[in-house]
Amino acid sequence: MNVTLTGLTEGMVYAAFALALVLIWRSTRIVNFAQGSMAAATAFIALSLIQNGQSYWVALIVALASGFVLGAVVERVVIRPVEGGPELNAVIVTLGLFVAIQALIAIIWGSSFESFPAPFGLEGFQVGDSRIAFTPNSVFVIGAVVVTMALLIALFRFTRVGLAMRASAFGQEVARLLGVKVGRMLTLGWALAAVVGSLAGLLIAGGEFVYPAYMDSLIVFGFVAAVLGGLDSPVGAIVGGLILGLALSYVSGYVERGSALVNVSALVILMVVLLVRPGGLFASSVARRA
Amino acid sequence: MAEPHGATALSARGGATTGPVLEVEGLTSSYGPVRALDGVSLRADAGRITAVLGANGAGKTTLLRTISGLVRPTSGTVRLNGEDITKAPVEAMVGKGMAHVPEGRGVIAELTVDENLRVGSLFRGKVGKDEFDRIYDLFPRIAERRNNHAHTLSGGERQMLVIGRALLANPRILLLDEPSLGLAPRIVAQIFGLLRQLVDREGLSVLLVEQNARSALSVADVGVVLNLGRVVVTDDARTLMADEDLRHAYLGF
Repeated sequence: MNVTLTGLTEGMVYAAFALALVLIWRSTRIVNFAQGSMAAATAFIALSLIQNGQSYWVALIVALASGFVLGAVVERVVIRPVEGGPELNAVIVTLGLFVAIQALIAIIWGSSFESFPAPFGLEGFQVGDSRIAFTPNSVFVIGAVVVTMALLIALFRFTRVGLAMRASAFGQEVARLLGVKVGRMLTLGWALAAVVGSLAGLLIAGGEFVYPAYMDSLIVFGFVAAVLGGLDSPVGAIVGGLILGLALSYVSGYVERGSALVNVSALVILMVVLLVRPGGLFASSVARRA
Repeated sequence: MAEPHGATALSARGGATTGPVLEVEGLTSSYGPVRALDGVSLRADAGRITAVLGANGAGKTTLLRTISGLVRPTSGTVRLNGEDITKAPVEAMVGKGMAHVPEGRGVIAELTVDENLRVGSLFRGKVGKDEFDRIYDLFPRIAERRNNHAHTLSGGERQMLVIGRALLANPRILLLDEPSLGLAPRIVAQIFGLLRQLVDREGLSVLLVEQNARSALSVADVGVVLNLGRVVVTDDARTLMADEDLRHAYLGF
């Protein structure tokens, strides 16, 4: 029970991070390895504000907003020049960016461990005469991810900007011929993905320590979750995140010395999925045309 | 043929139904070292279907892609309703009254039929439901599938969808790249018949690129024969149809 609850909460964060990767993959066919350090940078911005006496909520909003700006700037300045070139170029650029931003964080904020506050209590709810591993902060984490996902779905489904973004992602040339400003839509896509990634980074940091590389394991888990879901499917990313969260939680909770096996388990799950269903669990069977 | 005159050149879409909508002069463009178009000149008038014919590799697709800005010409001009659009961005073309349906149908497979249509009207802001109904009336087959994903459509339905989507952009000229490709003759006849109606009734101009010269000439008013990037002949479609030597040499029937 406790293990399941922990798994769900962590899975939600993996899901959010995976969703950020999927959003970018869908629209630009790039795996954004810099997503983690971009999110870490926004978390450090939030931390600075909090340490200077701002409330958690102000810091959260500012961090998400700076994520938006950072995502847009990265797409415009760094990614746009390599778009349309060999796919490997863009991947190497995001890897370079990952290292560069992490180094920049270390230069600006130092590389010591800093404790990052959580907005809600970290003590489990009382059920009967025992405390469960489900805390007020878990409720906040799950709620924040669910609300964000609902907003994104509403944006893509029901708004004209959302339709223009999807058209740009799936049919660049056709969208341009129909007057959609595709470049702007791709920038917006990166900006939104960075907000979601930043949210995941802030949620995972709550009540923990942050340091320049604190997002590294989340990158791995988020990537595994995204691949589990097929990289192309937002729903897949969410389900993949939850499955991974639960699986890792069971490994660390029920297997002897399981916590040491968590990272290995993530990779084993990834390998099994790729062997059994190379396209991921939710890969669409749609053949893509240029 | 009518000469261009001021009133036509200035009127926005939906205005005059005669005169040139599109004028192409000396258009030259290259794919790398290969010169794909070599000084191509042609015009497309309102209320007429102009068919560009020629073998594979004659430069037909490059011509359309250069007109709509996807390929930049090395020289020559493209004028739409009298305005020089040679250097206009691709995204601006549809707003100026030109809708280009690229080769290979160009449906966005991941979107539903209805969403595909809506993409065609995005640049116009809010578009009334009656305009969508009009497209669905023209193509009842896609109306039945409006909430299905576009990848479930047959080839003919896809062609209807992309033409319908282009019509929702309310163009003065429609550029169609090989609409008959891979379609059953009955479907081709149905689509061409519908184009003819739109052109006659609403004064739309159609610039049609086709390898299937026989079907194209049967629906077109004017034929332009392209060979290795140059215009070989421009003439009345019926005259071209009757010219056996030309048909054998360039059109393959």
